Amino acid sequence: MATIVDSSNPTSDFPIQYRELNYLNCSKGWKSWFFTLDHKRIGIMYLIGVTCAFFLGGIFAVLLRTELLSPSKVLMGPDAYNQMFTLHGAIMTFLVIIPGVPAAIGNIILPVMLGAKDVAFPRMNLGSFYLWMFGAAFFLAAMVLGGLDTGWTFYTPYSITTSTAVITALLGVFILGFSSIFTGLNFIVTIHTMRPPGMTWFKMPLFLWALYATALIQVLATPVLGITGLLLVVERAFHIGIFDPALGGDPVLFQHFFWFYSHPAVYVMILPAMGVISEVIAVHSRKHIFGYRFIAYSSIAIAIFGFLVWGHHMFVSGQSKMVAVIFSGITFSVSIPSAIKVFNWLTTMYKGSIRFTTAMCYGLAFIFIFSIGGLTGLFLATLATDIHLHDTYFVVAHFHYVMMGSSLVGLFAAIHHWWPKISGKMFNEFWGRIACLGVFLGFNLTFFPQFILGTRGMPRRYYTYLPEFQNLHIMSTMGAYLLGLSSALMAATLIYSVYRGKKAPANPWGGASLEWQCSSPPPHNNFDHPPLAGDPYVMESVVYNEEIGGFVPVECQGDNKESVTASGDKEV
Amino acid sequence: MKLFIPNLLANDEAGFWFPSQGSTVAESVDSVYFFILYVCTFFFVLIVGLMVLFMIKYRHRPGVEAEKTVTHNLTLELSWSVIPTLLTIVMFWIGFTSYLDMRTPPASSYEISVVAKKWSWAFKYPNGWIESELHIPKGEDVTLTMASDDVIHSLWIPAFRTKMDVVPGRYTQEWFNATKAGTYPLMCAEYCGQKHSEMVTKVVVHETRGDFDKWLQVASDIHKNKTPVEAGEYFYKSRGCIQCHSLDGVPKNGPSFKELFGKERKFTDGTSTIADANYIRQSILEPQSKIVDGFRPIMPTFKGQLTDQDITAIIAFIKSQK
Repeated sequence: MATIVDSSNPTSDFPIQYRELNYLNCSKGWKSWFFTLDHKRIGIMYLIGVTCAFFLGGIFAVLLRTELLSPSKVLMGPDAYNQMFTLHGAIMTFLVIIPGVPAAIGNIILPVMLGAKDVAFPRMNLGSFYLWMFGAAFFLAAMVLGGLDTGWTFYTPYSITTSTAVITALLGVFILGFSSIFTGLNFIVTIHTMRPPGMTWFKMPLFLWALYATALIQVLATPVLGITGLLLVVERAFHIGIFDPALGGDPVLFQHFFWFYSHPAVYVMILPAMGVISEVIAVHSRKHIFGYRFIAYSSIAIAIFGFLVWGHHMFVSGQSKMVAVIFSGITFSVSIPSAIKVFNWLTTMYKGSIRFTTAMCYGLAFIFIFSIGGLTGLFLATLATDIHLHDTYFVVAHFHYVMMGSSLVGLFAAIHHWWPKISGKMFNEFWGRIACLGVFLGFNLTFFPQFILGTRGMPRRYYTYLPEFQNLHIMSTMGAYLLGLSSALMAATLIYSVYRGKKAPANPWGGASLEWQCSSPPPHNNFDHPPLAGDPYVMESVVYNEEIGGFVPVECQGDNKESVTASGDKEV
Repeated sequence: MKLFIPNLLANDEAGFWFPSQGSTVAESVDSVYFFILYVCTFFFVLIVGLMVLFMIKYRHRPGVEAEKTVTHNLTLELSWSVIPTLLTIVMFWIGFTSYLDMRTPPASSYEISVVAKKWSWAFKYPNGWIESELHIPKGEDVTLTMASDDVIHSLWIPAFRTKMDVVPGRYTQEWFNATKAGTYPLMCAEYCGQKHSEMVTKVVVHETRGDFDKWLQVASDIHKNKTPVEAGEYFYKSRGCIQCHSLDGVPKNGPSFKELFGKERKFTDGTSTIADANYIRQSILEPQSKIVDGFRPIMPTFKGQLTDQDITAIIAFIKSQK
């Protein structure tokens, strides 16, 4: 493993593709970035935007946790606290996790993985990025114009009566929704129409299956959020009486509308991360993925079931007993495809040759964290226990295990897995793994105690609490500090590699899917001719080459020749 | 359940996961919880155990390539789909049956109505007494009928394992049967604004129904809890004075109480007197003895219905109407 990372300081007979133009240096100047139609540059801009939002949301998280070190005031009063947890949630959900893997990583990798030159609608792609920026600007405006203190769920009638900038934030959500819909639409059309010769649906890499399932949810569910947001704006501005009981409206109706989007949105967050893990586990174990079809079907099953379970957020809302029972039953159906994926990943590792690269470390952390996140969901799907656990720190812990622990760790795995492809540079594996260990330990220290807090009786969104909970809160806050520092270390390691990292070979880890066949970073148009696609998980098709510090095909095939001919000798 | 893990929390009576069980449903909720916990622990240990085993056993060694194994196995994949499915059906079933008990208030239960508002609870007992803490007798079914004055709140008593949202514009219900006397926290679980985290009060479970009744009698003993003027206002409103005696100077069936005390009253029989405490007392107990000029003799007597202490409070209230 160390040889991949540390050896092979390429000197004079450097492979030819490194001297060629790539998408990063083929044109210069700010206009060449801001008006680019290249999916990779748009993806990079998303990645930068998402990273900024992540650190902003992260700073809020650290401040919130600091406030909770003591039941009395540490940093801020209750009003500031309420605004901060709202913005932390809203930013992390709408600006980080939802666009994280699909819009940032998906944009960069999806067309390359398809052997395509770009997505189907490059202009729409750029448009959706600017919509994202515009939506993000509304969020920042809401922060300045009186803040937002409704919680990211905007429950009525509180959101109708509060004096904070609800309308501004909702317009931001509305615009971000369009960004999400456009990205989803683009991906669906791209996958349908631009698969290369030989790539049937069941020869498609599982990351693409995951992005496809995600895109379906984005296109079908997001409009409901948009409409709900607009109805709430109208309600606040003109007092129509849709959600406000004082005017004859129904606050529970809002919850139905809201969760009809927001539960499927959970799968917008987790499905792409699952796709990433399918790639990472297979490539870094050097094994064919186990149970390809079951994983692909389970992505679609999750996307479908995801639409039928929203009512499990409302077991104590006053909805009828019958409805609660039905939603509880269906909710369990989502756990099965998720379990299938976990067992398939484990079996993929069986008899593999596992390299503990940073990406693989994040992949393994994902399995650990997602198992806890998924299994604790069972307590919340079960009616009797959910009544006690609803709106407590148990829920906070559960959804952080799924949304942060799994979706974001999946994003981190994706960034490290494809970083050589994206940046053309190898990052320092030692610091990468230290950061990964810190993220893993910090995360579990932050959120595991919260399960106990929740069952013991600590409600969520509390500025102050009973003194008996202080020990667990202190543990949680210490974990948050470690998590924050480790995230900063991860970012520093990656940014450093851009300037000082070694040049990356085309295929550093030994993946068999198409994105590893073009040079790192890819040229402006990725491929001159659509490459011929085979089984994306036949890892035996590539072997390690000491000389270039990466993997090369066992036998050079037709059109792919160009990017791999640099290999002279092959290790057998 | 006591685990070997040291208790990090101050309350010794409680287990590691839960506060002590305070209601009849708590035990079944906890047992459902522990069933799921054990199933989850089994699968978690299985998953992470296999993962760690593979990490060690199949770590990359120079010169050793990955072994080619089967890429799918229908029997294996069906088995790890079907077994978890069956287990989740069991979870659903036990959760569902306990839930029905929790959500079906018994037919004859002690009813207390609740009004939630930013940021306090008001519990109204059958005798009309309103208190900000919830008091209940042990071993008796209690049903709360809840309404909200403003936004959505949620009434949660962790020791009882019950929770229900209090939604403006509709009534919701929650019931429980406390099994242990003592004091437990009661809190708002649905975010409701600035002082959400301070919307916390107590449930006091009394050992016997007798203790509870005694508490209610003492608590609703208005003269101990209120100033005479406040108590007088309470009687003015609750005993019907308000129907005939206004406070704004406009006469209704009887004279207004505004600026009444200390003024000279003229009666239908031609006499007159200063409206002092004795006059008011006499008017309450023997209303027909002195009829104020211009009014009909229709006021009923309150003899036997109001104690001297009550009347003193009413006098103080009338005195305060300036």
